[in-house]
Amino acid sequence: MQLVLEKRAERSTGIALVSPLIAIALTLVTMSILFAILGKNPIAALGVYFIDPLTDSYSLQEIAVKATPLVMIAIGLSLCYLANAWNIGAEGQFLMGAVAGSWLAVKTQGTDAGHWVLPAMLLLGAIAGALYALIPALCKVRFGASEILTSLMLVYVADLLLDYLVRGPWRDPKGFNFPTTAEFDPVATVPVLIEGGRLHFGSIIALAVVAAGAVLLGRTIKGFEIRVVGAAPRAARFGGFNANQLVLVTFAISGALAGLAGIIEVAGPIGHLQPGISPGYGFTAIIVAFLGRLNPVGILIAGLFLALTFIGGEQAQIAMKIPLDVTKVFQGILLFYVLACDSLILYRFRFISASPKVQSGAH
Amino acid sequence: MRKILAAVAAALLATGAGLFSASAADKLKVGFIYLGPIGDLGWTYQHDQGRLALVKELGDKIETTYLENVSEGPDSERSIEQLARAGNKLIFTTSFGYMEPTLKVAKKYPNVHFEHATGYKRDKNMSTYSGKFYEGRYIQGLIAAKMSKSGVLGYIGSFPIPEVISGINATMLAAQTINPNIKVKIIWVNTWFDPGKEADAAKALIDQGADVIMQHTDSPAAMQVAAERGKLAFGQDSEMIKFGPKTQLTSIMDNWGPYYIERVKAELDGKWKSEDTWDGLKEKMVVMAPYTNMPDDVKKLAEDTEAAIKAGTLHPFKCPIIGQDGKEVECKDGHLADGAILGMNFYVKGIDDKIPGK
Repeated sequence: MQLVLEKRAERSTGIALVSPLIAIALTLVTMSILFAILGKNPIAALGVYFIDPLTDSYSLQEIAVKATPLVMIAIGLSLCYLANAWNIGAEGQFLMGAVAGSWLAVKTQGTDAGHWVLPAMLLLGAIAGALYALIPALCKVRFGASEILTSLMLVYVADLLLDYLVRGPWRDPKGFNFPTTAEFDPVATVPVLIEGGRLHFGSIIALAVVAAGAVLLGRTIKGFEIRVVGAAPRAARFGGFNANQLVLVTFAISGALAGLAGIIEVAGPIGHLQPGISPGYGFTAIIVAFLGRLNPVGILIAGLFLALTFIGGEQAQIAMKIPLDVTKVFQGILLFYVLACDSLILYRFRFISASPKVQSGAH
Repeated sequence: MRKILAAVAAALLATGAGLFSASAADKLKVGFIYLGPIGDLGWTYQHDQGRLALVKELGDKIETTYLENVSEGPDSERSIEQLARAGNKLIFTTSFGYMEPTLKVAKKYPNVHFEHATGYKRDKNMSTYSGKFYEGRYIQGLIAAKMSKSGVLGYIGSFPIPEVISGINATMLAAQTINPNIKVKIIWVNTWFDPGKEADAAKALIDQGADVIMQHTDSPAAMQVAAERGKLAFGQDSEMIKFGPKTQLTSIMDNWGPYYIERVKAELDGKWKSEDTWDGLKEKMVVMAPYTNMPDDVKKLAEDTEAAIKAGTLHPFKCPIIGQDGKEVECKDGHLADGAILGMNFYVKGIDDKIPGK
């Protein structure tokens, strides 16, 4: 007997639905073993990770705050990936959006500028993100340059530009040389939704983005075009769809969303521009996009779930003295199982006997 | 599925019970926020040593919790608040970049006391504390000038904030008393902890002719590079002699334990109040590692200087202080005022460099 992985004739929809659940179940089992090895009660530890953060308003808010940029960026990325355009540089577009929006906040600081400042900042952030994403898109369309490399390399350019600005021209004059701008004025700050909490208006924008993404993909011709170009490029060409134009469009949309997420993060939870505004949101969002199966609602769930592991991981550090590294292992194991289980959608296990029977007498 | 549900239900019960028993204990909860991993062998390591000293002294009355690797970005406010929400009544936030987040959380939790290391903003429930590291830098400057053959010192800077600038100035003021033509090369790595970058900076400095390396970053990476290249170096934050047994001259060690014990005792006695603490060699918040790898006369000079600083007869920033532009800096009562050192944003004469962004 031999175990082989055999390609299915078509995608198994049943497995596609249960595969994330199998992955989560396997993760829980593996983590329980790990917790037991660490000498912690596995049930209690899993409770701290997954249940405790869901039991009070504060933690729920924090999950939403953490998920907001991840979901917004991932929605944009999913459009790119569906259309077979590989934008890896959302982190850079996020930073550029933050920089462009902050420019207005810094310039209007201390003036009596009115309530138009914040909307204008958000608009600037989205435009800057889109323009920045168009650079690799144009290079791909015009010169055939790999967008994977160019978009990734532009992350470092954005990072250094931000670094230069907060160390030089935009530095807070009263900040003792620490590389940061002064705190933004109230009119340049994203309003908080619940007094005393950190949940901010950006989370509502993120929900709107999810809805818009669902409508775009499910109900419009553009959405159909995106799917066809990605899934069947030849068919798309026969259908008269322009793949190059689609690269530009999806890159621009995903850049705009990443830029918007950037300026919302800076004008919201952070309150000023400084280096290190993103703990890798642009890259984590790639994981979120695939965890959510490039589906807007799936991405919302995946973003919230990943945020939950961050918040739960922190509470596990406090409540059970479980090291931060365990949280990282945890996220890694989860992704591993998700990808492993996904292969079951296209493949199946089959037992075959090791020595095929010799057929006799059939000449 | 039923099994998963059962597990979830069990988890709910278990955590419920866990929370109940925790709140039943009436030990004072003390929280710490760390910038790096506790194994960084530098800044965070020393804070954690302070916490361990605290546990050793008052372990029967308190319970400590720490969060490590908390970046100075958007996550730090949440991390600090998590500690406050978990019932910690005294919270130490141990890096400059936590200043604004600590201030914000302090306003939200008026009944929790906060202690922020190396910052300058205070509130009625938020103290600040820091060490006079420049005192140690002065001693290092003397040793470096004595030991350097090339007359070029290599200095790895983290961020150009006053604490770091005053360290560079103190080093050079001391070095100039030995060798008026001493030079210093400075590389800013823009991080507190990044062993790769720190090592690269050390290599670049040695390539530029520096033969004594000093750093204001947290890992022993620079020490290891100096050891490989047969140069000399100073440790930072903690005893780093094991990374360079033939390399380390001394190390400025942060000694937070006594302070943590004192503040927690005050909290236990209900006598905690918002203060600004800035202690040095005399109060033993800053401690010099043994003077090694140097001739006896240099060692004696270092020891005498340390004694003089402790006794108050020598101040590293004694008047007159000449700035880079050749003009005398405002200075009276014999030495620079504390405020002028805490807000230092100029180089002294003889430093052939420019403060980034200035």
